[in-house]
Amino acid sequence: MKRKGFTVIGILLCCIVFSGALYAVSRLVVPKYHDTLIEGHLSGEYYRETTDHDVLFIGDCEVFEHFSPVILYNEYGVTSYIRGGAQQLVWHSYGFLEDALKTETPKVVVYNVLALKYGEPQSEAYNRLALDGMRWGKAKIGTIRAGMTEDEDFMSYVFPLLRYHDRIDKLTKEDVRYWFSDGDPVSLKGYVMHAGVDPATEVPQERYDPKLPESSMAWLSKMADLCEAHGIALVLIKSPSIYPVWHAEWDAEIEAFAKSRGLRYDNMIAENDAIGIDMQTDTYDQGQHLNLNGAEKLTRWFGAVLKNEYGLTDHRGEAAYDADYAELTERCEREKLRLQTEGN
Amino acid sequence: MLFPSWAFLLFLAVLVPVYFLVPKRIQWIVLLLANAVFVCFAGVLGAVFLVVTVITVYAATRMFDASFARQKETLAAMKATHTKEERKSMRLRFEKRRRIVLVLTLVLNFGILFALKYGAAIGRISANLFGTEAFGQELALTMGISFYTFSTVGYLFDVYRESIPAEKNPFRLALFTSFFPLLVQGPITRFETVGRELSKPHSFDGRRFLSASLRIAWGYWKKLIVADRLLVAVRTLCAKPDAYRGGFILVEMLLYAACLYADFTGGIDITIGVGEMLGVTVEENFFRPYFSKNIAEYWRRWHITLGEWFKRYVYYPLSVSKPMRDLSKNTRRFGAGVSRRVPVYLATILVWALTGIWHGSNLTFLVWGLLNGIVILLSEELKPLYARFHVRFPKLTESTFYRGFTVIRTVLLLSSLRILDCYDSVGKAFSAFFSMFTTWNWGAVVNGGIQSLGLSCTDYAIAFLGVLAMFTLSMVQRKGAIRKRIMKRGTVFSVCVLLVLIGTILIFGRYGFGFDASQFIYNRF
Repeated sequence: MKRKGFTVIGILLCCIVFSGALYAVSRLVVPKYHDTLIEGHLSGEYYRETTDHDVLFIGDCEVFEHFSPVILYNEYGVTSYIRGGAQQLVWHSYGFLEDALKTETPKVVVYNVLALKYGEPQSEAYNRLALDGMRWGKAKIGTIRAGMTEDEDFMSYVFPLLRYHDRIDKLTKEDVRYWFSDGDPVSLKGYVMHAGVDPATEVPQERYDPKLPESSMAWLSKMADLCEAHGIALVLIKSPSIYPVWHAEWDAEIEAFAKSRGLRYDNMIAENDAIGIDMQTDTYDQGQHLNLNGAEKLTRWFGAVLKNEYGLTDHRGEAAYDADYAELTERCEREKLRLQTEGN
Repeated sequence: MLFPSWAFLLFLAVLVPVYFLVPKRIQWIVLLLANAVFVCFAGVLGAVFLVVTVITVYAATRMFDASFARQKETLAAMKATHTKEERKSMRLRFEKRRRIVLVLTLVLNFGILFALKYGAAIGRISANLFGTEAFGQELALTMGISFYTFSTVGYLFDVYRESIPAEKNPFRLALFTSFFPLLVQGPITRFETVGRELSKPHSFDGRRFLSASLRIAWGYWKKLIVADRLLVAVRTLCAKPDAYRGGFILVEMLLYAACLYADFTGGIDITIGVGEMLGVTVEENFFRPYFSKNIAEYWRRWHITLGEWFKRYVYYPLSVSKPMRDLSKNTRRFGAGVSRRVPVYLATILVWALTGIWHGSNLTFLVWGLLNGIVILLSEELKPLYARFHVRFPKLTESTFYRGFTVIRTVLLLSSLRILDCYDSVGKAFSAFFSMFTTWNWGAVVNGGIQSLGLSCTDYAIAFLGVLAMFTLSMVQRKGAIRKRIMKRGTVFSVCVLLVLIGTILIFGRYGFGFDASQFIYNRF
């Protein structure tokens, strides 16, 4: 009996050591997304937030590179966060919204509609960028299931070693540096700053389906339901860009959808003049995304819209927010300085 | 359902506890249902062919049994009233009926196998010859058909020869025919051993479970760490016969030898381990084949069950058949040696031609089989010469150096023959092989050539260590089964070894996103 007890303890110890070793290896091989491919770091940074937000931006690169929460707070007193990611598809956005609603209830959710043109999962790499940092829960499980490409399997999300074990011979210093630490945030409450200028030239022609996929519209509808259930105002936007082209038919479809659900829809491309966007100076990649200059102009314009239309509270003067945003502003200035000295 | 898939592991994780938790008398039914699930997973058409085999073989064997019983009764009744000649005539009538049923059953079952295996190739050949549209291009082998057809036909022969009685319950025969671990790549088993054991009740045994897990893990280790890694380089080399010649062919031969060994033995380890987990002993299919000193010995140690099957059901019956005896008699005038050799030669060549054809419809397989047969016959002919050499240089031939030399010689010879397995035409294979002697490009092989085969330096290092581990283990096994020795050192130690195997597979195995979950090489046969 005593011997059996020792055997059981021995086996348990072996299993604990084994699990610990595998966990350590797993942490080592998982991409850290800190110095390179920083878009993968964005989804996890949200959980570091200590204050809640009145406005939550969700969507793809047209939100995380186009809006600055620092400006929104410093100029309007509006607290905000951007839960955006590279090629973040609508089911990812829904998952991030569902996930955020577990811990806070913003007054306004702003969703950028560009990604609605994708009705099917596109790429495993982008799925990983969006989901690796997401905290486990019903929302994450649902998002993984909704967005997996054909070759992916759920188990590899549960045990990342199954996906990344082949990185064992491609490890870099970054992997060792952030083995057991997430490092400093790479974003400013979800905003990723770009300071370069690369003027827009010509718009590449592309073939397109004049109708947005039914599946993505169904997810949008679910998002509207979720916001309605929580008493949140959902605002649909199309952030300014020249390419990818936002076609008139899609615009009309979103407009009709917004009207049918009683939602606000702002196609900001049409407001370029009012906002003051100049695609010769305000883009860092020929009109696809805005640079810091463009993002600040857009945020100022949209901040006024949010403030006027939704009567958001001015939190300036509240100690917790002031401290939080003072630190953010300082980081923002440092980042600007770094970009100016190092180039973008 | 591939062995290296989550679906299979889940299937096993559900089956094993259910199998041991249900009452013992229905264990075999649970296993039969599991087999049905496994077979249907691979396709309903495959299940239909399997059912046809079970029904026809069951009906035939039951007919044989009934025929033997009636024959005995009739001959006993005739003993007092009929002459010896009349009794012989009656016996021959019974035998003839059984032979007709045997032939019909064989034609049907081998017919299905033949159609699926060679239908598409025949369609292509006839299209080339007659300029018609190629028929049968949709025909493809169904899961395990080469293996279960041979196993079941073996049982048919055994009952036909009255070596064993026929199974009365068709579902128990179905259980044997469809036993899922055997469907992936064999081995070809016998009803008397595996078939009977499958129907017996089994109790759970923790130590057996642990031991079986070790064997399964070792199988996966070989498959995922060594075989699937080397397969990338082998495929690259085979895909460009014009680009990779000369020294690359020797690299290809050696990599393929290691890859095939790790792949096939890895799969068989998993099969035997799964059987053992369920309490069923499956025949071993290998006995350290790469330590053989000649090709004949190698074939007694590699894919043992296929060799045994051909020996038992083709070679021996053919060698002693009446036409062979007559042929031997007719060739006596050319000398005793010729008369003795003719039946052996013919039977050997036929068996090797069949072995080649069994492996695939391509002409390369037939040539590969025939070349194996010729090498074996040549070795037999050269035996007296070897004997004289051994007498003349006893110290040399007993030395480790000479033993090592014979082993390396055998591996190189085998690998040379296996070149035929790598290309889709005999011409390409021979051209590649002979380029080793005509194209001297070792500089290109060493300076970047090897790195261009789809594997990184780390991959080569891991594969090399993997091959070294397999080789070392084979050496150690000579002193006794390694698993027994591990298990002897206690449960905790065994669990540690198991976890190390699993851990290294998880870290260094080739699987997951970006890798094609590859089926075992022998599964395509």
